Amino acid sequence: MANIEEIIKKFEYALLSVDRLAARDTLVESGKDFEETDVPDKIITPALERIGEKWKNGDAALSQVYMSGIICEELLSTLLPQKDLSQENFPPMAIVTFEDYHVLGKRIVLSILRAGGFTISDYGAGIQVDKLVEKIQKDNIKILLISTLMFPSALHIRDVREKLENLGLDVKIIVGGAPFRFDDMLWKNVGADAMGRTAADAVRLTRKMMEEIS
Amino acid sequence: MKKTSMTSLERVLTTLNHKEPDRVPLFLLTTMHGAKELGLSVKTYFSKAENVVEGQLRLLKKYRNDCVSPFFYASLEVEAWGAEVIYRDDGPPNSGAPFLSDSQKIRTLEVPSVRLSPCLSKMLKAIRMLKDKVQDKVPIIGVVMSPFSLPVMQMGFDKYIELMYDHPHLFERLMKINEEFCVQWANAQLEAGATAICYFDPVSSTTLIPRYMYISAGFGFEIAKRTLARINGPTATHLASGRCLPIVDDLIKTGTAAIGVSCMESLASIKGICKGKVSILGNLNGIEMARWTSEYAENIVKESIAKAAKGGGYILSDNHGEIPFQVPEKILLAISEAVHKWGRYPLDWIEDYEK
Repeated sequence: MANIEEIIKKFEYALLSVDRLAARDTLVESGKDFEETDVPDKIITPALERIGEKWKNGDAALSQVYMSGIICEELLSTLLPQKDLSQENFPPMAIVTFEDYHVLGKRIVLSILRAGGFTISDYGAGIQVDKLVEKIQKDNIKILLISTLMFPSALHIRDVREKLENLGLDVKIIVGGAPFRFDDMLWKNVGADAMGRTAADAVRLTRKMMEEIS
Repeated sequence: MKKTSMTSLERVLTTLNHKEPDRVPLFLLTTMHGAKELGLSVKTYFSKAENVVEGQLRLLKKYRNDCVSPFFYASLEVEAWGAEVIYRDDGPPNSGAPFLSDSQKIRTLEVPSVRLSPCLSKMLKAIRMLKDKVQDKVPIIGVVMSPFSLPVMQMGFDKYIELMYDHPHLFERLMKINEEFCVQWANAQLEAGATAICYFDPVSSTTLIPRYMYISAGFGFEIAKRTLARINGPTATHLASGRCLPIVDDLIKTGTAAIGVSCMESLASIKGICKGKVSILGNLNGIEMARWTSEYAENIVKESIAKAAKGGGYILSDNHGEIPFQVPEKILLAISEAVHKWGRYPLDWIEDYEK
């Protein structure tokens, strides 16, 4: 029986090399030793988490993180049976690229969340404060993930928080993106509940928030 | 014999030659702060070359800066390609939805004319006016986006990464088109009076792509080498706060005179590699700067000078190439004051500081 650690390493290497065939072969081979339904949690998610950590430490590049997510999404949709989400009890969640059109961060987080079987609404890009608050209220969102590249946009998350509070809406806000990586205090200053440096952080924090509101 | 007082241009040229000038040069790259000086909205400020010139001259004097920047905003270049630019009151104008969201459009894409573009002409006019005012006393720093990094605004970074990996022919064509534009745009700025060109190339940073990709045939390294050789003046490569340590030696080989480095890397380590080969520009954290105190600003300037300024080859600046609108005047003044206080050569205080 293949060692799980070796499989994850092999899969991670294939992803970092953006080698779709090797990544696919690794998962197919792993099917001999693991149930297909276990593959996302036992192989895909740990590999993506390790790649995220490598990026955080400067040992991998964002292009590799992004392509790893894309490959995993492709493999999940073509190779593995779709997860039956009817049993999962997800609170209403949404993700958005706030106030600008730099969608890379959001797409990376979405990839890893989907790989982990999460159900989440994609609010797109370029959305402004009032429109965002309106959508949150309409969809009764409980957890909101905000990705932003521009510093002024990061500061405007404070406005989102204030408007939600004025409406009496209790929403957990998880933020991520360049401005937050350059200032460790910024997420607190804009009224977020948490900040993720990597997509894996986003998954971990989303689970944490789910527990807090359950 | 070292002059006791130099013009900003003499100071910068001396440090670029890896010699110690009278003091560490300061590049406070404030763009939008000019709007504050003139009491104008960001949109109105950038609507006329005259505003930017007046703003830059006031900032030059106020912060005792060592350069003027005719740079308007990053999305100005894609505006010339027909892209939408979205203005805001508290930050730089941003590019709207990418105009090359469908990569197949690259097949029919053409290089826009620098001379016929109203937005680029506005910046060229600002350079000419600044040159008239500062003559050869203060360097005028022109700006181009590298051919390799411009696609982030042209097509969105996600689509661009997919293009790099999955569509080599379209990627190659886009690089060829962008290279032509970049060279024309840089040389037009130099002809208008710019002293040097800052070549913004964040995508080449190892934060964004791995080194093996950067040095692959047809990618960032080759493009920079070819493009910089065709620019008729000195260049500095700026990675806009991205990491550079794994590619410093490669960057040096592109022929650049200086590298803009990130606060996420050790300034001392970078200096160790660059000493005598290429100058360093950096690396104050512009985002954090918005909540610094004056005392903290002085300490961090002092620390930066101690790590990188000995022997010349160092210009104190922020790590992104553009200081956020939210950074208050008192912090910029504190940075300037600290450079004037601690940046005077010879830097005899460093030995005690290091102890």
